[in-house]
Amino acid sequence: MHKTRSPVVELTLARMREFTREPEAIFWVFVFPLLLALSLGFAFREKPPDKIPIGVLAGPHAKERFEALKKSPVLLPRIVNEEEAHLALRRGKISLLVAGDAAPVYRFDTTRPDARAARIEADGALQAAAGRRDVFRASEEHVSERGSRYIDFLVPGLLGMNLMGTGIWGVAFSVVNARMRKLLKRLVATPMRKRDYLLAHIFSRLGFLIIETVVVVTFGWLVFDVGVNGSLATFAVLCVIGGIAFTGIGLLISSRARTIEAVSGMANLVMMPMWICSGVFFSYERFPDAIKPFIRALPLTALNDALRLVMNDAASMASIAPQLAVLAAWAMLTFLIGLKIFRWQ
Amino acid sequence: MPEISNLAVSCVGLKKHYADVKAVDGLDLSVARGECFGLLGPNGAGKTTTIEILEGLTPRDAGDVQVLGRTWEHDERDLRDRIGISLQETQLSDKLTVIETLTLFRSFYRNGPDPDDLLRDLSLDEKRTARVGKLSGGQKQRLAVACALIGNPDILFLDEPTTGLDPQSRLQLWDVVSRFRAGGGTILLTTHYMDEAERLCDRIAIVDHGHLIALGTPRELIAKLDAPYIIEFTSAPHLDESDIRAVTGCRGCTRRGDAWQLRVDSLAVAVPQLMGAIDARGAKLVTLSTHAATLEDLFVSMTGRELRDA
Repeated sequence: MHKTRSPVVELTLARMREFTREPEAIFWVFVFPLLLALSLGFAFREKPPDKIPIGVLAGPHAKERFEALKKSPVLLPRIVNEEEAHLALRRGKISLLVAGDAAPVYRFDTTRPDARAARIEADGALQAAAGRRDVFRASEEHVSERGSRYIDFLVPGLLGMNLMGTGIWGVAFSVVNARMRKLLKRLVATPMRKRDYLLAHIFSRLGFLIIETVVVVTFGWLVFDVGVNGSLATFAVLCVIGGIAFTGIGLLISSRARTIEAVSGMANLVMMPMWICSGVFFSYERFPDAIKPFIRALPLTALNDALRLVMNDAASMASIAPQLAVLAAWAMLTFLIGLKIFRWQ
Repeated sequence: MPEISNLAVSCVGLKKHYADVKAVDGLDLSVARGECFGLLGPNGAGKTTTIEILEGLTPRDAGDVQVLGRTWEHDERDLRDRIGISLQETQLSDKLTVIETLTLFRSFYRNGPDPDDLLRDLSLDEKRTARVGKLSGGQKQRLAVACALIGNPDILFLDEPTTGLDPQSRLQLWDVVSRFRAGGGTILLTTHYMDEAERLCDRIAIVDHGHLIALGTPRELIAKLDAPYIIEFTSAPHLDESDIRAVTGCRGCTRRGDAWQLRVDSLAVAVPQLMGAIDARGAKLVTLSTHAATLEDLFVSMTGRELRDA
């Protein structure tokens, strides 16, 4: 006699088999995030900061100023004429232009942090060359602890971004593909419970989420020494709730779409703001205060913030409760609405 | 008309329209248990809409539908467990194997055969571990029917089961349907192949533009055609209708392009007369063929169009 497994188990297995038999999917889910982490990790590896290129306007004081500025460890001066200077400043090839006669005139864009740094540094160098004596001599302590490097910021961000991408694409493609092939219609022509079909999507997603998270975290740990400082249980709960939230969003955007093009457009529309605002590659602290509450309400922001808190600052479950609440709210809302408006035919 | 208590499927006054097209326009049908019933008609006749309403997949605008004495509104889950469906254009998942697909469908039903046994019955056991995407059209269609049979259904709904298949695959599929019928199962199928309907069906409903235009056993339907033989010919120059009408025993004629088609009582009487008429006109016979009347001829005589290209 044939042993029958429950429909949820069979549907989950079917979904996982379909996924693993799609080579492109394997690349985007497992290989791509590692390549991204690797290339960004090396691009931003620890090294002395680049010298800031600045210009010295040709003229009677140019030569002596150039010599004085060259002594600064952070400046890279060169002599430019008026025409060159204008272009170089505009194109960002130099951050600062030193002009003026006896007293120097600093020409720069005040919104650029490196230009402001260059102005202070250049002024110090010129003042010293002109004979100013320092009142005291300060020393420096350089910080590059585990947990405060750029790569420590980047790895949780990449993990969050990956969970978002695979959650949304994984569900959206499979659902719309099944709808286009009239497979959804064929399934509702059986006694299958609709709930089971959607549950199977969540379960298969969680299966891959575990593999995906382990791969990214292990890679970050082995290659960049980025670990999970907080408890693994808290980390796991966070990943699962985050994963479910994005599965729900995937379900919602694919609940009515009839073509792959339509669902791709919708997925990009949903993900684009989060790629930019949710602090994957850089902190969202620079955005105006007025829009920060909206940014924090985005699921990827909540996930990234909480991942960083747990991985870098060893935060407890209680201290990431606000982020977990945001993710859980997204998960529930998207599932309820998605189920309600789902188009089976 | 079969007895009511014995009905597998019935509908009364069925109506469905899309935008301004009346896909189904007041259809009454009843299918007895153990019967193979065919909906025959050209593309766009409303066959698929009708069968999908009966399958509980498409909502209707008006009319009553009963399946196994129950309604979709009250007993959907139970009915789903007792019927098997093959839709017109389902593509099962390419990435799954044959046995995985069938095992998945098996899990939805309370009762049913072992998937491996069913594959053997449908001569798909050699393709057991092949991906669905690698199957031929005929094998895919047999797998679709296997998915319809895996719940051990009382009624099998097949929407154009052999469209686009090669002759050998059609025969294999007909064999599957016949065996299900022999085992006491009820079948409702749609087709636009008259030979398929004649071969498989106990009774046939011919539909056109959402209307029932004829209903009966294949034999009864052909008997409705007032003449049992068909002559088709072309001549140069061609004959006028009055010349053809004058042939003794000619019950009617239709012209398509250069060819005339006559429905006659007797070939022995009509053919010599026709030759005489052609001679009398000083024309030459170009082609001539005759055959016993079929469902196709019935459709042509009732609508003036052919099943295939209507």
